Amino acid sequence: MNFPILSSLILLPSIGALFLFFTRGNKKNNFTTKYVALFTSAVNFFLSIYLWILFDPSTSNFQFVEERIWIEDFINYKVGVDGISILFILLTTFITPLCIISVNNSIKERLSEFLIAVLIMESFMIGVFCSLDLVIFYLFFEAGLIPMFLIIGIWGGARRVYSAFKFFLYTLLGSVLMLVAIITIYWLNGTTDVVELYNSGIDIKYQNLLWLAFFSSFAVKTPMWPVHTWLPDAHVEAPTAGSVLLAAILLKMAGYGFIRFSLGLFPTASEIFTPLIYTLSVIAIIFTSFIALMQEDMKKLIAYSSVAHMGYVTLGIFTIQQQGIEGSIIQMISHGLVSAALFLCVGVVYDRMHSRLINTYGGIVSIIPKYSILFMLFTLAALGLPGTSGFVGEFLILMGAFKDNFLVAVIASIGVIIGAAYMLWLYKRVVFGKLVNTNLRQMFDLNRSELFILSCLAVPTLFFGFYPDPLINTIEVSISDLINQYNFKLASQI
Amino acid sequence: MENLQLVLPEIFLSLSIMFLLIFGVFKKNSSRLVQSLSLAVLIVTAVITFNETIGINETKLFNNSIIIDYLSSLMRIITLLAAFLVLIVSSNYLKTFQIFKIEYPILILSSVLGMMIMINSNDLIVFYMGLELQSLALYVLATFNRDEIKSSEAGLKYFVLSALSSGLLLYGCSLIYGFTGSTNFDVIASQLNSDVYALTFGIVFVLVGLAFKISAVPFHMWAPDVYEGSPTSVTLFFTMVPKIAALTVFIRFLYVPFLNLIDQWQTILIFLSIASMLFGAIAAIGQTNLKRLVAYSSIGHVGYALAGVTAGTNDGIQSSIIYIIIYVLMNLGLFSCLLMLKRNNQYYEKIEDLSGLSKNHPMLAISLLIILFSLAGIPPLAGFFAKFYVFKAVIEQSMYFLAIVGLLSTVVAAFYYLRLIKIMYFDKEKEKYDTDHGFWLKFSLTASTLLILIYFIFPSQLIEVVSRINII
Repeated sequence: MNFPILSSLILLPSIGALFLFFTRGNKKNNFTTKYVALFTSAVNFFLSIYLWILFDPSTSNFQFVEERIWIEDFINYKVGVDGISILFILLTTFITPLCIISVNNSIKERLSEFLIAVLIMESFMIGVFCSLDLVIFYLFFEAGLIPMFLIIGIWGGARRVYSAFKFFLYTLLGSVLMLVAIITIYWLNGTTDVVELYNSGIDIKYQNLLWLAFFSSFAVKTPMWPVHTWLPDAHVEAPTAGSVLLAAILLKMAGYGFIRFSLGLFPTASEIFTPLIYTLSVIAIIFTSFIALMQEDMKKLIAYSSVAHMGYVTLGIFTIQQQGIEGSIIQMISHGLVSAALFLCVGVVYDRMHSRLINTYGGIVSIIPKYSILFMLFTLAALGLPGTSGFVGEFLILMGAFKDNFLVAVIASIGVIIGAAYMLWLYKRVVFGKLVNTNLRQMFDLNRSELFILSCLAVPTLFFGFYPDPLINTIEVSISDLINQYNFKLASQI
Repeated sequence: MENLQLVLPEIFLSLSIMFLLIFGVFKKNSSRLVQSLSLAVLIVTAVITFNETIGINETKLFNNSIIIDYLSSLMRIITLLAAFLVLIVSSNYLKTFQIFKIEYPILILSSVLGMMIMINSNDLIVFYMGLELQSLALYVLATFNRDEIKSSEAGLKYFVLSALSSGLLLYGCSLIYGFTGSTNFDVIASQLNSDVYALTFGIVFVLVGLAFKISAVPFHMWAPDVYEGSPTSVTLFFTMVPKIAALTVFIRFLYVPFLNLIDQWQTILIFLSIASMLFGAIAAIGQTNLKRLVAYSSIGHVGYALAGVTAGTNDGIQSSIIYIIIYVLMNLGLFSCLLMLKRNNQYYEKIEDLSGLSKNHPMLAISLLIILFSLAGIPPLAGFFAKFYVFKAVIEQSMYFLAIVGLLSTVVAAFYYLRLIKIMYFDKEKEKYDTDHGFWLKFSLTASTLLILIYFIFPSQLIEVVSRINII
């Protein structure tokens, strides 16, 4: 395989962004600008589909590996995918074009700059998921802050400055410790190449501290309770497309990081800190679900539900069971689709009524039926109804959890009920009930592009709900190998 | 004296300064010509330095009081280039204030000469001479806009405090001389006796003097006032060029004679470094004047550069030299932006003057955005790599505390850089600024921004350049 498909995936959006940068400035160009961006990201999507087709799921080795000397005797630019990362790349390339289509309604000014930011973001995120070197990973991981900061800050709502700063500083604070850990790993092992580190293992004396340093970064990014507070702010203030990117892809970087680095590099420490993760995850599931129940702002409610869902993800990852980790990945993919869709749904009514408060709405089912149907589908997917992808993920996670720790699993299962409660209550208050606010009558139903985006998200949500095999086949071998490695290292105390 | 060609750059530069001074006095209205000639002199000196001294083995001249090695050659070239860049971007500013005079380039040349002597020095006396030559030129430069009260104040303040620190430094030199019997670095190294506490005092006094010159906390008090009061182009010079020279001397002074006393000075340096990083980050938050803010930010950056020196290894030295090179580049870009904030013959230097810059001047704003993120140390920009190398060197010596404090202070520092970005991008626009900037100003802004932006594609080149520095 000579064609550098992964580098192309990383570079293509940036090239598109560069193109937009040089052609921008002409206000009449908005239309073409959007199509250039859409074209770039669509090509990227098809390229990633092609990658999936070529991908060989029967091995856990990294595939499509490219390695180039970057800094002599120090860091190599190395990218590659295995079963764990490929789905995240697909998710990224799938969500980005939808984001770009959705800007029609929400972004009124500085469109080309917005699209540049989105495309650069896509580059960075794909880079995060396929880098096989810790420094390269950190580079992409941190670089994503810049476009996201601008997206929230320039195109956000009323408290956008506060939210953008909070987002930036929180995540930066978390990440700098990871940088210390990465340099320490280089110092200990003389390499930052992930594959080599997998083979050689990391000195057991340092694992706990290193694990904590990585954890500080991933916990903020996930976000886990109690460092989740930036998320609701960022979501509420970000424009719809920004929220979608944030929820669908950015949060997944941390989950991916947990699997790839925390489990892969520090098995002993992971074993030690599993109770910590369990506790925080369970608190996140129960506590933030209750908070979500009380929200009056739809976006905030969904943001808190994201925290709860990510709680399941971290729980599943640290069960170190085949089902648990598989469930976590599927849950992340599913949450990527569903939360993106929910934020878009909120965006749809927000564009029409300019309010995100739940009590503005009520009884809109008769006015905008198409919207109500799709919104219902995603609500049900979010609460994990069988037949939707949300169910597969949650079910597998809980199955894994029951194998590992009964009590935690029981509490987490209770969270499912609260989850159902706040989602259904949200839906009931927004869509059903009496039509009190007469302004709502002026609302028009989904237009073509909105319908297209939401259907695009609905199809995989349902498809993978009924038939998750393609996902599971892709990740199965990689995960079982990861767990074997994990147990082997644990047993031999590396 | 068969090795005289090794000091040819200094000889050439001194002769040129004298010639230009006489030429400027006798020929009326020759400031433009003198400026161009000075630029040529700087370039020629850099070329001579490159030709004559790069690649030769370590050589000592004049009773071992001058040292020519890779470190000194490289740092001299960087100093010359930095001074060149300062000169080319400053002419428009000077013309606006009608202080475009022959003295300006000549003073800059003299201070560069002083720095070159400092960089070459292998002897306390030579080092002190170089230091004073550059300082004297800098005092005058600070007051260069002499009709402006703030400029005079800055110059006076700088003079008084600098004289004090020079006194301390000289006292330290005399203590060192008293207890080792020589001013020569090599002799001092061979006469070291770590039991003599007075020698440690000597080192401390010299360090204080040097810390003053590079404005490390707690000897930074002069910096914000002087930076604010001096003409902006001189501030640019202050933030870049003397720091290159002083850092080199820092390295040379600590690593050649006193490497064996590393336990004694390492703690002091760690303190200086941590204090500078933290103070620079925290104090900058409250600033409303851009030049003061830059002053505090440069205090912080000096802290990072010093962190590399504390490591006590070649890696550490190399990393702090990389840091200072990248820092010079970022500062050049930052000041090019400041020099573009001009409307109706008036320069704006308040933070709120940046408000809404992204709407009126998108290109300027995006350059400044890149530079600021780079200063904050966000990957994949050059500023990140600068910090990365420094902390790599520091962690290799297991100095985790320094590394963690340093990285946490980058988070604090990120706050005020973000504030500038916020003002540029999130706030309402104001009146437009002039756009008829000189070619060189635009050139330096574009070049520095592009270099910062694409540094991550070719990170090896810079490492290769500094990797030949080997003084331990």
